[in-house]
Amino acid sequence: MSTTRSITDFETKDVVIQGALAALAISFIAAIGMLGEFNNRILITSLLSLGYLAIGWIPILFGYRASAEETIEGIDPPIKGPRDLLVGGTVGAIAGIVVSAFAWLAASVDLTGVFIHTGPGMRSALTFGQGIGFGSLLMIVFCTALGVFGAALHVMTPTVRSVIGVALGTTIVIAIFEADAKELFKGFRIRGVASILYSPTGGLTIVSAAAVTALVVAIKVYGKGHGPRVVYERVKLHHTSQTPEMQRRNSWIWGAAGFAVYLVIPQILGKSLSETAVTVGLFLVLGLGLNIVVGQAGMLDLGYVAFFAVGAYGIAMLTSPFRPAQWIPQLDFWVALPIVIIVAAFVGILIGTPVIRMRGDYLAIVTLGFGEIIQKLFLSDWWKPVVGGAQGITNVPSVSIGPVEFAGANSKMVFYLVAILVAGVFVLSHRLQYSRVGRSWAALREDEQVAEAMGINTVTAKLLAFAIGAVIAALAGALFAAKVGSVFPSSFKLLVSLVILVVIIVGGLGSLRGIAVGAIVLIGVLGGPTLPGLLREFGRFKLLIYGVILIYMMLKRPEGLLPSVLRSRELHHSELTQDAWLDKAGDFEEDEEVTA
Amino acid sequence: MPVLEIRGLTKAFGGIQALAGIDLHVNKGEIVSVIGPNGAGKTSFFNVITGMFEPDAGEIRFEGESIVGLTPSTITHRGVARTFQNVRLFPNLTVLENVMVGRHSRTSQGVFGALFRTKAFLQEEQEIEDHARDVLSFFGSRLRGYREDQPAFALSYANRRRLEIARAMATEPRLLLLDEPTAGMNPKETIELTGLIGSLRDERGYTVVMIEHDMRVVGQVSDRVVVLDHGIKIAEGDYDTVASDENVIEAYLGRPVNNGART
Ligand SMILES: Nc1ncnc2c1ncn2[C@@H]1O[C@H](COP(=O)(O)OP(=O)(O)OP(=O)(O)O)[C@@H](O)[C@H]1O
Ligand SMILES: [Mg+2]
Repeated sequence: MSTTRSITDFETKDVVIQGALAALAISFIAAIGMLGEFNNRILITSLLSLGYLAIGWIPILFGYRASAEETIEGIDPPIKGPRDLLVGGTVGAIAGIVVSAFAWLAASVDLTGVFIHTGPGMRSALTFGQGIGFGSLLMIVFCTALGVFGAALHVMTPTVRSVIGVALGTTIVIAIFEADAKELFKGFRIRGVASILYSPTGGLTIVSAAAVTALVVAIKVYGKGHGPRVVYERVKLHHTSQTPEMQRRNSWIWGAAGFAVYLVIPQILGKSLSETAVTVGLFLVLGLGLNIVVGQAGMLDLGYVAFFAVGAYGIAMLTSPFRPAQWIPQLDFWVALPIVIIVAAFVGILIGTPVIRMRGDYLAIVTLGFGEIIQKLFLSDWWKPVVGGAQGITNVPSVSIGPVEFAGANSKMVFYLVAILVAGVFVLSHRLQYSRVGRSWAALREDEQVAEAMGINTVTAKLLAFAIGAVIAALAGALFAAKVGSVFPSSFKLLVSLVILVVIIVGGLGSLRGIAVGAIVLIGVLGGPTLPGLLREFGRFKLLIYGVILIYMMLKRPEGLLPSVLRSRELHHSELTQDAWLDKAGDFEEDEEVTA
Repeated sequence: MPVLEIRGLTKAFGGIQALAGIDLHVNKGEIVSVIGPNGAGKTSFFNVITGMFEPDAGEIRFEGESIVGLTPSTITHRGVARTFQNVRLFPNLTVLENVMVGRHSRTSQGVFGALFRTKAFLQEEQEIEDHARDVLSFFGSRLRGYREDQPAFALSYANRRRLEIARAMATEPRLLLLDEPTAGMNPKETIELTGLIGSLRDERGYTVVMIEHDMRVVGQVSDRVVVLDHGIKIAEGDYDTVASDENVIEAYLGRPVNNGART
């Protein structure tokens, strides 16, 4: 039975805790300097800056959460109503009060010894540039309003919520990615749109922001039933209803269309977006390679960057005219590449051999050690005559095929190369996964002893995974060296291994699509270990955000954004075993029939 | 000709003598049951034969050749397959995939074939799938149809045991070692499986060595019964002889469930 609740029916304690947590999050963002730094970036002229967005979502989220009950199965949730709005508003108000108190504290006590960003700048940002009294009032109103808005999101029907959410989300995305959107408009030869949308001083104008929001609302409301999914289904239906030879002809047409898109993409993306795409591509390749070792064969390798380094240094040592070891003949990229591949496979087996006897945590620690050792070796005096020590190797020539040169500085050209590598590694990963080799890895991951007892030589299977992973990383490394034109030991730090691992964990271990999403979201939007992503402002806070995302994912969605079937089966084992128990009851029933 | 010849097989774990000099001959097409009280060393016996543990001393010959010191995968390749007392499937793989893994040692396609989808690769994949389905059909419709695509952990206990046998069958063994195949099954399921163990030999031509606690099963299907106690073979012969053997009765005495002396 659903019940209407009186307006005061809530736990004071819970509301206070939620408000305090929201305040803590806001104060933290302000204290680390994010608010101040992001405030320089205007999203909507004279309305919203990135800084206030960075704190504004917090009261919304906490208002939403506090007003939403946990639904208990079997009991109807209480009817939504004004009580929820009051709860959201109270949470927001408490958050605002505590944040103001923090601002006041920062103004009266010098906290800069601990948090260097808590100076007058932060105080002024937290009080909207007003005096402490009026400013505090503004902050409380700001948080309360957003808290009520969050609660309102909960109260409205899911349809309305999704329309409002998508509309506001789209507007904010368009505002945040202003620079990239401008590039795209340029690429599509409609630069005029950008000048209408964005004000000359940066940010959407209020009018254009409202227009975009209204447009998205209109599309959501009137465009129902014409969404991309519906269109896709229709195309698919059309496709399957055709004769095989028509299908074959169509697949040629699709192939040609795909190739045309491939040729056009970097031209539309422009130079800087192509650069980002190249970085994403390289990390995607690394992610897919590491996925073979970790996701498919189940060996946690924390030293994966070593193979990336082998590929990069291999190409540099063989192709650069300034290679430290001049006795090594200078080769063309395409001649050097097969050698690098073979060496990488060999190194993979070499490192693999001692470590495959170990399992789980031990394997992780030992591979981490090997990764560090290799980086130190490239830095060492011992290897300096060959790899150049800290000075690395410079003037690595770029790749060229016949007369076509893929100059490193020309990211549009490099895109073509990286896209092919990505596609190749995708196909390789996919095909391996559904093959005898892939099944042997899956068995290995599930139960090594039993896999061995079922006839799988676990030593060869593991070494094969290591070697293939190494070759894929080396291919990425080779392209990296040729693109950047130089290699230094500092490019191959532990952090790179960890970032690759985070990409595949956040995306979904074992899921190829998931890893693509992970690479785009983490590397493309936030940025790689050294390179900036689309959100350049996030650069300094990148690792912090990585950590937050990782913790959140581990708690709420350990199978990743787009999980593989296998992995979600594994992590929701207990739920499924319950079903299995019910299934078992069915099993016995069936037994009666069969034996009767 | 003996399929399996074991002489003086010895294995100790720390101070525990799990196997203390066991001799055994198994002829082609025989069904031999190994019985004995808990901790007698039965499972250890299988573990040593299949190469999961190396024996301290003794000789194991399979089809005339020594298999001592070989890895478990090589021994499987030679033609020995087993199931586990505590059912060890690949829980997150589907029923069909579990059995397909069993085909590993009888197939050969590697990375190259998989990458380029060569004709040989596609043919072999088809063969693996067909063979897996064929093996699953040994249990009628129980593991077929929609069950093929269920993860192994979602199966009922009896079906898990069946799947384990199917997976072992997929390796095309000539000697099949079953560790308590009916443990945990209800009486009806036990009767059904007892019949199937007979057909493993009669239809598929396997030689079977089976550890079993259920004396009715042992009595029905075994050509010969071997009794272990404290790592020593204390009796051997047909079921009736062994069941009335003084030593055997003594070995089982003091156990709460005194099945050995029944019937
Ligand atoms: N891996 C091992 N490490 C140490 N001791 C072991 C190991 N495996 C078996 N043992 C010991 O060897 C003895 C024989 O064990 P085994 O599992 O072979 O008995 P079993 O006859 O199969 O008994 P059950 O009927 O309970 O299955 C036991 O005392 C057991 O504790
Ligand atoms: Mg046992």
